[in-house]
Amino acid sequence: MPASEFGAEIREHDGTGVIDLRGEINLGADQALNAAYDAAVLGDPRTVVLNFADVDYINSTGIALIVGLLAKARKEHRTVRAFGLSEHYRQIFAITRLSDFMGIYADEDSAVTATVST
Amino acid sequence: MSANPSRFRRILRRGTPARLAGGVQPEDTRSLPVEAPPVDIQPNDPLVGYFQSSTGAVDLGSLELDSAALEHLREAGVQMVVPLVSQGDLIGLVNLGPRRSEQDYSADDRKLLNDLAGHAAPAVRVAQLVRQQEAEVRERERMEQELRVAQLIQQQFLPHELPELPGWHVSAYYKPARAVGGDFYDFIELPDGQVGIVVGDVTDKGVPAALVMATTHSILRAEAPRLVAPSEVLTRVNELLVDEMPAHMFVTCLYAVLNPATGQLRYANAGHNVPYVSTEDGVTELRATGMPLGLLPGMEYEEKQATLAPGDTVLLHSDGLAEAHNGEREMFGFPRVAALTGEATDGEVLIDRLLKELADFVGPDLEQEDDITLVTLGRRPAGEAGQERRLAAFEVASEEGNERLAIDQVAEAVAGLGLDGARLERLKTAVGEATMNAIEHGNSNRPELPVEISVVADRTDVKVRITDQGGERPLPEVETPDIEAKLAGLQTPRGWGLFLIENMVDELRTAVDEHHHTIELVMHLKEAPDARI
Repeated sequence: MPASEFGAEIREHDGTGVIDLRGEINLGADQALNAAYDAAVLGDPRTVVLNFADVDYINSTGIALIVGLLAKARKEHRTVRAFGLSEHYRQIFAITRLSDFMGIYADEDSAVTATVST
Repeated sequence: MSANPSRFRRILRRGTPARLAGGVQPEDTRSLPVEAPPVDIQPNDPLVGYFQSSTGAVDLGSLELDSAALEHLREAGVQMVVPLVSQGDLIGLVNLGPRRSEQDYSADDRKLLNDLAGHAAPAVRVAQLVRQQEAEVRERERMEQELRVAQLIQQQFLPHELPELPGWHVSAYYKPARAVGGDFYDFIELPDGQVGIVVGDVTDKGVPAALVMATTHSILRAEAPRLVAPSEVLTRVNELLVDEMPAHMFVTCLYAVLNPATGQLRYANAGHNVPYVSTEDGVTELRATGMPLGLLPGMEYEEKQATLAPGDTVLLHSDGLAEAHNGEREMFGFPRVAALTGEATDGEVLIDRLLKELADFVGPDLEQEDDITLVTLGRRPAGEAGQERRLAAFEVASEEGNERLAIDQVAEAVAGLGLDGARLERLKTAVGEATMNAIEHGNSNRPELPVEISVVADRTDVKVRITDQGGERPLPEVETPDIEAKLAGLQTPRGWGLFLIENMVDELRTAVDEHHHTIELVMHLKEAPDARI
């Protein structure tokens, strides 16, 4: 399988910054992921939602990037939530305890709604 | 009067009181004239105490003291002594003969000398400390170097691979203590498909032990294929070693010969730990009497034999396991090793279990006392073919991103084995992470160094072996990352690879030799609720 390049787009959904991720989250995703986060918080949303639906590979370096992003968000007192993770990566987020610090939701609406209600 | 150093007739060696105790040695006086011979001052000489408590230059002419050193100084022509005292310690003396003008030392001279001593003493003390520290560093470096040499010798003579015997499973574990003891083990190919198995321990540590180990290893390698019978081999090795053995050293050694076709194991023992056998009926011991090698000439060794039934596992072990102590100085003990062997169903599981129990017993803070060597020899249960089918063998270059190639090829190789989707995904992640580690850490991202990957399967498991060329560096222990610390910015966000691998597969095994690391990822073909211990 050829490597699919990482990409990220940002949009706003009910006051929440949504980052649509796609491709592979590995070392090569570093700059684009952080740039997407920085763009997503320009409007100072309280919550950022990561959409993993089109992500087909996350390696340990990718996990580290997500940890770094989460650390940055926590420093800025923002909440990070996620949806669209496959069962396999849900398991990895549980094993690494990322899911203890980042709510994991089945779809975008529940992620955003949960955000609004908190 | 000037402070020209040429006026000083003699400057004795600097020294802390402890160094004075050994006598005052000649000083490096390339820039200073030395005319008088060195004078030894014993630590109990009353002159030492006198100088230590004096407030300035001491005129020896008027000094009344029952002191041998005083006499020696006078005989050496010393007239005036200026003690160098730093923080209450006498660290040196400035000794002066008569003035060239033949006049007495004046009050101004004394004041100048006292001022000079006051400034010189701290500087001399600093120089002494620097020199002392340099000597300590040199000594540490010498010891480290000796340690490296001992490790190198020892690694050179340890087997690089385990014998592959149809119907048998052989595993080995070796971990040197920091000081490097003299443990060794070996497998020797013998006529008629037989295999010689050696586990030994040289008394003493470091380079001497490593050299004796190397000699013993070479003699065994030379004699075993010719003589075969364990008792004869040990008798011969003993004869050859006795003449070579340094004083106070000897070698304990268990030598066994296995006929893999019949399960017959012949063995003789030169004072080494008794092997244990896990059988259907419990634990048995393989006892045979014999003196350690290299102590006395003309020794004979009892030879015995046992037949290993399918499912039996033999443990050969060195002192480092049973004789390990915990913080209360209790010993791990042979009964515990025997009991754990009795619970074994598989050699590798037994080794893992022994090491875990040992770690729990000793605790995290104590350094390993002695080398630990464990060798297991298991006869596979009847009906378990144990034969591995090779599904794939390939290499990837050490370039970032090539773990994806490895993942895809492994996935293709195991496609027909019926791994369910979730377990396949876990294996793929583990393969990717292990390959990344091999590329980045083992092969240092050098594209010309290959990562070798093989995929094999037997009746119960699929195994992916990933080998890099970084054998000189030990594989790190698997640690659970501290995500709180990472999120707080106290630790790097990285460091997930090994942890992920361990959590993805059913078993994770590692092997290191001089040139390679191999990580073996084991996935059971069916996830059993009572998966192996």
